[in-house]
Amino acid sequence: MALQSLDIVRRSATTTPSPGVRETQKVAKLIDISKCIGCKACQVACMEWNDLRDEVGTNHGIYDNPIDLTDKSWTVMRFSEVEIEKGKLEWLIRKDGCMHCADPGCLKACPAPGAIVQYSNGIVDFHEENCIGCGYCITGCPFNIPRISKKDSKAYKCTLCSDRVSVGLEPACVKTCPTGALVFGSKEDMIHHAEERIVDLKSRGFQNAGLYDPPGVGGTHVMYVLQHADMPEIYNGLPKDPQISPMVALWKGALKPILSFGLGLVALAGFFHYVTVGPNETKEDANENRHGR
Amino acid sequence: MNDDNLIERYKPEDRANHWLTAITLILLALSGLALFHPAFFWLTNLFGGGTWTRILHPFIGVVLAVSFWFLAQRFRAYNRITDADREWMRHIRDVLAKREQNLPEVGRYNAGQKYLFWVMVTTIALLLVSGIVLWQPWFAPWFPVGLTRVAALIHALAAFVLIAATLAHIYAAIWVKGSISAMTRGSVSRAWAKQHHPGWYREMTKGAK
Repeated sequence: MALQSLDIVRRSATTTPSPGVRETQKVAKLIDISKCIGCKACQVACMEWNDLRDEVGTNHGIYDNPIDLTDKSWTVMRFSEVEIEKGKLEWLIRKDGCMHCADPGCLKACPAPGAIVQYSNGIVDFHEENCIGCGYCITGCPFNIPRISKKDSKAYKCTLCSDRVSVGLEPACVKTCPTGALVFGSKEDMIHHAEERIVDLKSRGFQNAGLYDPPGVGGTHVMYVLQHADMPEIYNGLPKDPQISPMVALWKGALKPILSFGLGLVALAGFFHYVTVGPNETKEDANENRHGR
Repeated sequence: MNDDNLIERYKPEDRANHWLTAITLILLALSGLALFHPAFFWLTNLFGGGTWTRILHPFIGVVLAVSFWFLAQRFRAYNRITDADREWMRHIRDVLAKREQNLPEVGRYNAGQKYLFWVMVTTIALLLVSGIVLWQPWFAPWFPVGLTRVAALIHALAAFVLIAATLAHIYAAIWVKGSISAMTRGSVSRAWAKQHHPGWYREMTKGAK
């Protein structure tokens, strides 16, 4: 939500370069699902730092609480019980929230200039004061993250604590994580760290352990270490190959300039037809009086 | 000007209905384009800013849909496509070059006007349905995101066709002199009717003089 920044690489609904003379290192949050104990301290830290208090909801019979992301709950632990090997129950707990895509579908779809920005460190941030509440970011997002507030009709989501990161602090959720399941640093370092973790997991029998950094959205600045990277769907529907929907890509990609240009051409065609062919006037009829005008 | 020289083409209620549709369509085109391409975002200033544009656009859309529904009922019967219309379309070059003598006889509406009517019926229906799917904050949350993506694409494509067709309609009214009074005053000259809509002219003057 920082208002002034010199390191913006992309800004929604903007066709000229954004202020971007300052270059910052690409950052990433790494979520090691194999280390998560589901304590939800990250959810609490997120509420505290952002000073948001969601309504106390109802118990849905599962551990997920709140049951879904909201305008005030920007991260939610999603619990899945799976049996990959018969008789061997695994409790997979995925911290859900904005993935901070390198190619953000929300930003692509957004029609309001500057309501969504991407910093050179990779964070994708919503600037709610520019948000018009159209919900296009929701159609653009491959991860089902943004939520429109019922109170003010603005879209909200995880900022990756852009305000903290810009002054050299790690995100609040990372700061509070008691098991080291959340780590934060340069994207490069996080990939190295993940590789070590994957070697460790493989040695413990998780043959398909791997890093979730989906290339379909250009990679993400929130990455997961998955014990079963071959089956991301078992982690409460984490998409296997997320990408901006072809519908959105067409609508906010090719069609946007082509249709706009097309309308200009139609108007120009009319003008040039008029000045070349000339108006289609009523020929005077000798038997009738001339129509006044 | 003497009244003998004029033929009534549109009743006052036809004109009111047409212009309500026209005004709402123009407002919708401006506010819709504003949210379609950043080059047009400044048009949101006409509506009180981006958020107001987002709030107002769908309500104006409903007014248009209702107004157009009545307009379509009024004019539907005159817009049946005939073989003569298909023949007319094959002579589109003659139309654009003002060689009206080469065209099959035109009745109350020519084929271009009829096709415009059906393009409007189709695109406005598509825009209404897809618009409801996209309508924040009331209706959009009811629909799965896959459907809102399809709706957004259909909305943009249908709007393009409708705006392009409307530009053609406006241009035709400016190009064919003596047409605009039909919708502003309700009448056209006999000479205009004879030249551009001879079939209709014959019908209107049958029995009289």
